Amino acid sequence: MRFRESASQTAGPYVHIGCTPNFCGIGGVYTEDLGSRMITGDAKGERITIRGTVIDGAGMALRDAMVEIWQADAAGLYASPEEARGAADPHFTGFGRRAGDYETGEWVFETIRPGPVPGPGGRMQAPHVTFWIVARGINLGLHTRMYFPEDDLSADPVLSRIEHRSRIATLVAKAEGQGAYRFDIRLQGPEETIFFEC
Amino acid sequence: MSYYARASGWHPPALHPPYKTSVKRSPSFAPVTMPQTPSELTGPAFGHGLFGPLDNDLIRNFGAEAAIGPRIVVFGRVQDEDGRPVPEALLEIWQANASGRYRHAKEGYIGAIDPNFGGCGRTITDAEGRYEFRTIQPGAYPWPNGPNDWRPAHIHFSIFGRAFAQRLITQMYFEGDPMIWRCPIVSSIPSREAVEGLIARWDPEATLPMDARAFRFDITLRGRRGTMFEGRP
Ligand SMILES: [Fe+3]
Repeated sequence: MRFRESASQTAGPYVHIGCTPNFCGIGGVYTEDLGSRMITGDAKGERITIRGTVIDGAGMALRDAMVEIWQADAAGLYASPEEARGAADPHFTGFGRRAGDYETGEWVFETIRPGPVPGPGGRMQAPHVTFWIVARGINLGLHTRMYFPEDDLSADPVLSRIEHRSRIATLVAKAEGQGAYRFDIRLQGPEETIFFEC
Repeated sequence: MSYYARASGWHPPALHPPYKTSVKRSPSFAPVTMPQTPSELTGPAFGHGLFGPLDNDLIRNFGAEAAIGPRIVVFGRVQDEDGRPVPEALLEIWQANASGRYRHAKEGYIGAIDPNFGGCGRTITDAEGRYEFRTIQPGAYPWPNGPNDWRPAHIHFSIFGRAFAQRLITQMYFEGDPMIWRCPIVSSIPSREAVEGLIARWDPEATLPMDARAFRFDITLRGRRGTMFEGRP
């Protein structure tokens, strides 16, 4: 290692200008906001929605956050040049980005249910969606994961390393009907979401 | 293959009380260390087809006329911690205009709006990791934190490298600006060396004659050990 990583700085309250300009009324520069459509055709797999809010230590939903997700396709493959296991579904990007609603802070992703992905030593991980959260007051983007409530998480090689077993529930979405999930992310408090470093 | 762990004490801690918003938005628990799996070792790719011809020209990409203010070029190289170029890295930037005013519904500063300045741009690095933007030098602006806090002039940068593990958002500052050293957001960074790495250098050699001054800003993303397929299940 000869160089140091550039230090992180907060995305600030106006992250939307750069990352979702159409959302914040700066039209005409880009055709559409990056990450606004994850399904670009006849993608395989079950259509699902994931909605939620990011909640601060006072119990308030952040209204200036930007949330990104990254996930595998229905077969468990990533649409990435770094994916070594095969070609991912050409109609699914795996990448989503949303700004929270100006009034409620809520965001919604329309995506598909991801397939399982191998983890350390080839042990299969339970299906999951990677989340990355930035906002004013967040100095380094927060990395977490969402798991699905129907799945058996007992053998997941990432979750099995977590010492505070009671906190694992913070990574599991709530079902709100067929294919509809809620995943609220809490920055502080008794139900503080687990955040990862990798 | 895996990315080098982020050194502790290099990035800003989640909680930095002089930056007041961090108080209620900083996790209390330390992050849980997890292994890098394909979920972290892959990342979205953004092809050159994404970009319009003016996407990296903030002087001209919004209005019918050129934006007002000091015309500058911001350029540099995206590399990893071993100095290897990162090609096809997506850079997205946003900034205030020459008056220090953002084009945003929640902006409260009285600085003038420039009808020809939107404030966003994006580009992708070439095979050597190089990128370039044309823009307006942003103004400093006041912000609600302490009774009289002002941000030094800055440009926000969002960067995608090859892997989600490299995802980074930061800010670029301008060489010689005394306000850098009084800013509670800058001071969230523990070391002076790390702050210096975010300061773009005026590069007289790269000036565009009778057009724009140039500032060089190199960005370093996490590096990795091993080759691509090592350690894969
Ligand atoms: Fe700013």
